[in-house]
Amino acid sequence: MRDILKMEILSRPENEGFARASVAAFVARLNPTLEEINDIKTAVSEAVTNSVVHGYENGEGTIFMEIVIEDKVVHIKIADEGMGIDDVERAREPLFTTKPEEERSGMGFTFMEIFMDRLEVESAKGKGTSVHMVKKIGGGK
Amino acid sequence: MRQAQYKIEEETIKIKLPEELDHSNSTDIRKEIDATIYSGKVKNVEFDFSETSFMDSSGIGMIMGRYRLVNPLGGKVALLGVKGNIGRIIKLSGLHKIVGESEEK
Ligand SMILES: Nc1ncnc2c1ncn2[C@@H]1O[C@H](COP(=O)(O)OP(=O)(O)O)[C@@H](O)[C@H]1O
Ligand SMILES: [Mg+2]
Repeated sequence: MRDILKMEILSRPENEGFARASVAAFVARLNPTLEEINDIKTAVSEAVTNSVVHGYENGEGTIFMEIVIEDKVVHIKIADEGMGIDDVERAREPLFTTKPEEERSGMGFTFMEIFMDRLEVESAKGKGTSVHMVKKIGGGK
Repeated sequence: MRQAQYKIEEETIKIKLPEELDHSNSTDIRKEIDATIYSGKVKNVEFDFSETSFMDSSGIGMIMGRYRLVNPLGGKVALLGVKGNIGRIIKLSGLHKIVGESEEK
């Protein structure tokens, strides 16, 4: 079975909840456990929030989402055309944040990594950031 | 969605958190709590998760920030009614080591 969901949303905080609920609804056909659904919702929420807060620095921009289901595997791509990341390796470290004054915890990438099976981050300064996450449903992780 | 509800009892502000706690609502909750702390009315913060089913790292940052604010005042932060995936996120972030947590409510 293969299916695709593509969405473009504006970088509004209200859309963070909408984005994670939409992905959860789309993935529901795979009969994920409650834990698997929570893992995916958290990962989507972290990536979308990063585009809102860091990518577009709370200004307006478009967030591009593409969810692909392939048998029992879910691929999630969340991308922005915002400011990009200087040093991706450093950004992925637990507790690292460039916005401590906004009380960011620096745990976003760490949660994406723990809750999904795979996380790839591509970014170019001034061009934007794309996060690709993969999770197998029923993988028993 | 249900908004956060606030109650002040003695030196503690008690917050019944919304169904989902994320970046979109954590800033307002932070402002509300900090206003009562700065007014000198309270120094302890109690977060009630009993009707909350989702939290991400924005919630962690908000709770950690309130801890940093009240700790020098001799205040405490407590988490009530934590369960399921929220408990997991709290443990993974190490938050349970610095704030009090109780399952009952
Ligand atoms: N979409 C993005 N655009 C620009 N910078 C980003 C993006 N996502 C993450 N970052 C950078 O990576 C850092 C770490 O991200 P994260 O682990 O989610 O922590 P936090 O969001 O709490 O800062 C951020 O502080 C930011 O500097
Ligand atoms: Mg983040």
